[in-house]
Amino acid sequence: MLLKELSEARGVSGNEAAVREIILQAVQDTIDEHRVDALGNLICTKKARRTPGDKTPRKVMVSAHMDEIGFIITGINGDGTLRFDDVGGIDGRVLLSKQVLVGDKQVPGVIGYKPPHLMSPSEWNSAPDTSKLAIDIGATNKGGAEKLAQVGDYVTFRTFFEVLDEGNLRTVKGKAFDDRAGCATLVELLKADYAFDLYAVFTTQEEVGLRGAKVAAYAVAPDVAFALEGTICDDLPNDKDVSPVTEVGKGPAITFADRSMLADQRLVRLLVSTAKRLDIPYQFKRAVAGGTDSGAVHLAREGVPCVTVAIPTRYIHAPVSLLSLSDFDHTVQLVRESLLALEGGLES
Amino acid sequence: MKEIIKKLVEAYGPSGHEGQVRALIEGLIRDKADEIRTDALGNLIAFKKGTGGGKRIMTASHMDEIGVIVTYVDKKGFVRCAPIGGVRTMTLVGSRVRFADGTVGVIGAEKWMRSADLPPWEELFVDVGATSADDVPVGVGDAAVFDRPFADLGKRLVSKAMDNRIGCAVNLQALLEMGESPNDVYFVFTTQEEVGLRGATVSAFGVEPDVAIALDVTTVGDTPEAYPMSVSLGDGPTIKVMDSSVIVPAAVKNWMMQTAQKAGIKYQPEVLERGGTDTAAIQRSRAGIPAGCISIPCRYVHSPSEMVDYDDVQGAVRLTVELLTNPVTL
Repeated sequence: MLLKELSEARGVSGNEAAVREIILQAVQDTIDEHRVDALGNLICTKKARRTPGDKTPRKVMVSAHMDEIGFIITGINGDGTLRFDDVGGIDGRVLLSKQVLVGDKQVPGVIGYKPPHLMSPSEWNSAPDTSKLAIDIGATNKGGAEKLAQVGDYVTFRTFFEVLDEGNLRTVKGKAFDDRAGCATLVELLKADYAFDLYAVFTTQEEVGLRGAKVAAYAVAPDVAFALEGTICDDLPNDKDVSPVTEVGKGPAITFADRSMLADQRLVRLLVSTAKRLDIPYQFKRAVAGGTDSGAVHLAREGVPCVTVAIPTRYIHAPVSLLSLSDFDHTVQLVRESLLALEGGLES
Repeated sequence: MKEIIKKLVEAYGPSGHEGQVRALIEGLIRDKADEIRTDALGNLIAFKKGTGGGKRIMTASHMDEIGVIVTYVDKKGFVRCAPIGGVRTMTLVGSRVRFADGTVGVIGAEKWMRSADLPPWEELFVDVGATSADDVPVGVGDAAVFDRPFADLGKRLVSKAMDNRIGCAVNLQALLEMGESPNDVYFVFTTQEEVGLRGATVSAFGVEPDVAIALDVTTVGDTPEAYPMSVSLGDGPTIKVMDSSVIVPAAVKNWMMQTAQKAGIKYQPEVLERGGTDTAAIQRSRAGIPAGCISIPCRYVHSPSEMVDYDDVQGAVRLTVELLTNPVTL
């Protein structure tokens, strides 16, 4: 399964080459051209294969980011442990005792912490200061550690993909569903034929500030753009009747607004009407939080109508997250059908 | 001009939902512009051709206002919202909001009557008068603005959206009043300023002007115990020197000040410590564009009752017309 392969691939922001290789293999037979730009974005072009109408946009860009959150080695301590910094937004509480892989050599390590037996009450009751944490790769001194790792090495969580539930929702767990789930969706979308030139852009450095998307959108200069994401989900039991943001199993989540953009209303209506027409389950992302590549794309050049569609992902930005393959399939279907419906153009 | 102001400030237009304001403005300026277009982000761009030999000038006033957007409807029909732009919770409890379709809602807070503290966003909700989730007339993603009529207090004018329909009023009045000019002028009515100068970012790229003038409101220091600021209502429009988003190039500032002095228009220099404007986005477009800003002093910015002085507004129109109709040397 491509999602499994992508989830287990290692690609922290700025180091997306391994992910790019897998994607390139997967899309080879469905695209006309591809190139890798200066920031590492993989820009694939699939020319129009259907006859456009009067109002059909000429260029449509659909993007998904290849990078995942992770860490970077910032120093080697005298005792052989490794200092590190976050790459992207990580909650320090999820780090303790997690297994990681360091650098291209994939050296296994553990993010160590004090035994609970020795914690003071205040340590017990609070999140650790992550700047004081270190990665233990089993080396006993600086020289030993230097043989295995060096400053600048990227670090990923060591997490394996697994199918959890064979029932209706077909839930799976793995790392980096944000945004390898979007990448896998985009690979599927390339299998259909459209009436416009489709630019499938697999972007870099989203987690550190939408950097790849910014330059890719400038180069592509699309008429319309979609971003595909794995998005936050807060659907665990709650005593209070408040927003779960998204719910696993309830279909793709349409983002009407987040901190990086206000979605184009016409595209939101296109997605909703397509879902209703074909009876595809959908939901809105019911919070104004986070940001996606659309935040950069919609501000490119003279502006681009943009919307983001996302697969609800529990435990995002953590060592392991969970999503439903049923949501995945419905996301592919909703975006593909909406792209086909875009042949009629954007409503005026 | 008060009639135009009333129409503009009472229109509905939170960031990203500026269509009603855009249609209103387009109707008012259609006969005066040589070309009008709306770009991908909803900016309205009206072009007035010059007689030749002048500069390419962009004016920018943002159409959007702050508001709220629905994120969740609970089982009893109460509506939870997120802010659009810099909404202050102190202005919300007990206020009313209005949606695009006219639906009115009251802002309530959890633990009503028990808490004296300002509630955080998570404890606020909008009550649209529904009796259950089944008869809620609005849905997730619908946006609302403060619901307040325009008040004409004579010299002073009050509205929910002086920021920045008053800038739009000045912008469009300048188009209506200006005579012949050597300059090609692009009157731009921008979108999404309140959420990050987004409309100005893309419209400045599209227009690619030689020089630009933003028209917006600024805060003042003339109310009791106000944070010290040398701007007062009634002392004339301001010429921006600096705000937290931009430093106006000396050449632009001097051009504006000298033009005001020559025309005998009273103005105030403005240093705004907290707040940004479209000026910043335009200035950093492409290879950089000399951009300045004329502001209308405004009390109670980002509240349902923003107050401006009518003489300041008229002064801003005169200054804008002078800047647009004379040859520009920076």
